[in-house]
Amino acid sequence: MTSQDGPEKHQGRTRPAAGPAEDGTGPGGEDGLRRFARIWSRTVYPATQTSLTRAELEDFLHPLAVRMGEALHAYPFSPAPGREVGEVLVNQAHCTSPDALPHVLGVIESYLVLYAGTPRGLGVDEARSRCARLQHALAAGFTLAVRERTLAEQEALSRAALAAQTAVEEALHASETRFRAVFKDATLGIGIADMNGRLRDANGALARMFGHSEEEMRRRNINDWVHPDDAPDVWRLHRELAAGRRDHFRVEKPYQRPDGTVLWTNLTVSLLRDADGEPRYQLALMEDITERRLLHLRLRYEATHDELTGLPNRTLFAERLDRILAPGNGVARFGLCYLDIDGFKTVNDSLGHAVGDQLLVAVGERLQSCTTAPAHLVARIGGDEFAVLMSDPQGAEEITGMARALLAALATPVSLDGRELSVRASIGIVEGAAGQLEPAEVLRSADITMYRAKDAGGSRYELADPDSEARAIDRHSLTNRLPAALERDEFFLEYQPLIRMSDGRVDGAEALVRWKHPVHGRLGPDRFIPLAEHTGLIVPLGRWVLEQAVAQSCAWAGGQPLRVNVNLSPRQLHHPDLVPDTVAVLESAGVAPSSLCLEVTESALISADEDELKPLWQLAELGVDIALDDFGTGYSNLANLRRLPATTLKLDRSFTQGLQRHPADPVDLTFVEGIVSLAHALGLAVTVEGVETESQADQLRDLGCDTAQGWYYARPSSPGEFAKDWVPAG
Amino acid sequence: MERPAWAPQGIDLTVPSVSRMYDYYLGGSHNFEVDRETARQAIKAWPGLPKIMQANRAFMRRAIRFAVQEGITQFLDIGSGIPTFGNVHEVAHALDRGARTVYVDNDPVAVAHSRAVLGDDRRAGVVSADFRSPQDIVESPEVEELLELDKPVVVMLVALLHFVEDRDEPRKCVAELARRLAPGSLLVISHGSCEGGPVRDGGAALREVYSTASAPLVTRSKDEIAQFFEEFELVEPGLVALPHWRPDSPLELEDPVVLGGLAGVGRKVGLAE
Repeated sequence: MTSQDGPEKHQGRTRPAAGPAEDGTGPGGEDGLRRFARIWSRTVYPATQTSLTRAELEDFLHPLAVRMGEALHAYPFSPAPGREVGEVLVNQAHCTSPDALPHVLGVIESYLVLYAGTPRGLGVDEARSRCARLQHALAAGFTLAVRERTLAEQEALSRAALAAQTAVEEALHASETRFRAVFKDATLGIGIADMNGRLRDANGALARMFGHSEEEMRRRNINDWVHPDDAPDVWRLHRELAAGRRDHFRVEKPYQRPDGTVLWTNLTVSLLRDADGEPRYQLALMEDITERRLLHLRLRYEATHDELTGLPNRTLFAERLDRILAPGNGVARFGLCYLDIDGFKTVNDSLGHAVGDQLLVAVGERLQSCTTAPAHLVARIGGDEFAVLMSDPQGAEEITGMARALLAALATPVSLDGRELSVRASIGIVEGAAGQLEPAEVLRSADITMYRAKDAGGSRYELADPDSEARAIDRHSLTNRLPAALERDEFFLEYQPLIRMSDGRVDGAEALVRWKHPVHGRLGPDRFIPLAEHTGLIVPLGRWVLEQAVAQSCAWAGGQPLRVNVNLSPRQLHHPDLVPDTVAVLESAGVAPSSLCLEVTESALISADEDELKPLWQLAELGVDIALDDFGTGYSNLANLRRLPATTLKLDRSFTQGLQRHPADPVDLTFVEGIVSLAHALGLAVTVEGVETESQADQLRDLGCDTAQGWYYARPSSPGEFAKDWVPAG
Repeated sequence: MERPAWAPQGIDLTVPSVSRMYDYYLGGSHNFEVDRETARQAIKAWPGLPKIMQANRAFMRRAIRFAVQEGITQFLDIGSGIPTFGNVHEVAHALDRGARTVYVDNDPVAVAHSRAVLGDDRRAGVVSADFRSPQDIVESPEVEELLELDKPVVVMLVALLHFVEDRDEPRKCVAELARRLAPGSLLVISHGSCEGGPVRDGGAALREVYSTASAPLVTRSKDEIAQFFEEFELVEPGLVALPHWRPDSPLELEDPVVLGGLAGVGRKVGLAE
């Protein structure tokens, strides 16, 4: 960018009219010089760097042509205007190329006299001479201007370069000062070593960390700083860096201080290369993490050990188990003894938590005393659960040996507060190859097996066994699913007719509950009723069955509701709402109590006292029939039958199986005959279950049984099918 | 360790500078022997090269005139270099005394020289920044002081983009600049191309020469150049050879070499806010 005024700013250019006639003789004047300017422009244009168009250049040259014409004619003659025109061409038309000069001069030589005209009173020779002198002057002016301009621009450029360089140096200096300040005042230790490892520069923070002066630090070689606790790959990483194969690495590294203490650092080493990419220096940044590390170790210990017993806790146990089970970790097999103290809750409840805690501490010590091998981990998992985890045991023998040792260690009573406490425990053992089971699977297996040991009486160990686990898991998952199943209407009822033996007509229907499990499909009551009984879900489930069955009985009713039999479990029997619930169901359905028969198992009633029988008596008094189910399996005192509110005995199918054969088993015949006569003597009706053949049915009828039920008559079926087969239309 | 952003760039006067070579093409003497030597090689590889630069300056002048006629008097000239004459602020001031110009260059020498030339002209300023960091440009104190970005601005990328490689994502940089501009702003681009002019070796020899300079040369096709105007509407006559963009006078016989450069002006679309 220059401050020179140039024709680039020309505006409002007006194009002149066409040039004059080229007579070639007369004085040129305006028109002639315009034509001269045009020729001049065309000739010079290719040799200039101007950004003017040709027409603009022509406009610019026209006044110069006029001046040259005037100079040619001037009296007295002076070549000075030629010099000025030469300067203007350089400075304003940017004809700086030496190539432009011959073009400029050539045009003047050939056309100036022609278009400006021969000056009056001068001969052609004189005119030519003036023209030549004007050209000489122009050449001198041009050359001078080019030189001046070149020098000026070179100087301007040099100044600019210098200014730029000064600016860069100042910025570098400022940057250097900042870096120095960062280096000197940083709390991070910073050291710069050459490629031989010699420390060239160390800041105050680094010197303080090492307990040296900065001066002493500079005499050190970082290659000497080997420490026994160095991570295995530190020096490999460092060798790679020193060889230029790695640009940086970061490790935790310990150093020996002169006072014998250890400095732990977070160390980052970076390779500094020169402009050619060759390694020049290694830069080490160190953060003193000694305190943090100690704190971390303490926190880590606290986080992984049980406060009470000091044993490794569940967290550490889980980490170790994860590590051992992970494939490719060098461990081939594992063994786990999962131990739970039998009856610990009783100790806690009766002797208090303080004693319980002391007992746990004593147990922890005894268990710990069973092993010193580092490959064995004794941990307290929580509560009264402990575990011994063994990596690469010498066969299953070593594990069962360990379990026996653990039980033996607990065999001697524990002396607490002058009291002798016997400790018994159950152990579940899992053993196997590493890399096959997930930690969660191992733990679940251990837990199930430990409970198996407990169920078997405790104070023993059991080995994990896939079959019993599968059953336990099955029970477990079904139990978990039960509440949702009730909510989602996964249960349904089927009905099996009760046939009156005297005329073969239907006398009632037993409602049987089934579960349409989304995964396992249709499940019979034997699969889930015990679970529901165990969890208490039997109460809402039983009520649901009752409601459904009573409503169904009404739905079938062709004037007279069909009697339905509904099973009542022991837990339902003892539920305080049994009577009001049953009454409410009957009332809301508008069904007479006599249309309902509740079946109760003999075993549920066998030990019941008067109070427990009260609800049943109440129901019986309301008119609800009570049937004694599975009769004959409970070793009941027959005399007891008198105090029960039953109206019917349901004879267990085991008694009727012998009657399927022909001829029938005489012992069974005698037995059934006896029961029937006994029942009738007490005013009870007899129902037989499991009737499968015609001869069986005939026998039982002959023996005086009142009603029968079984595949011979019908299998349990849906309400719709039942109605089709058994309910009189209309 | 990476050099922090605030550490200064060094100056290496032994590397040929594309701005000083440009000055040489235009007959200036703001150059060193290393620049001249490389420029001479470039001219040898692409005879007539100075004519393209000359046509560039002429196009720039016409584009400025067009902008002022459109009523836009704010100019942001990125990659301004060290030209000898006919600079944006000079051309603009001749048309409108109040016109404002900000020059931007990444060559510290060019920036220092521009500062010296501008002296205490309050209507123009210089920013030392790189086209590839549009944010540095737009947020520079000079731009904030001299230009009102909520009004239309002329952004001039004259003979610049062919020094920006694709890996530096020039389209993204243009888009980032465009994002900061008010609707109605103009984008002025001229770009070296192997389409239109004499084909020769496709510019291979010239690119070879520039590979030793401060920036490599990247020729682009017309389609590729048109993509820089993504958020703009090209004004008549569109993207054309340098001398064909709104010529002042009927076209005369030009050295066909100048057809190797393409030029265009786009207007940012969208409603004024």
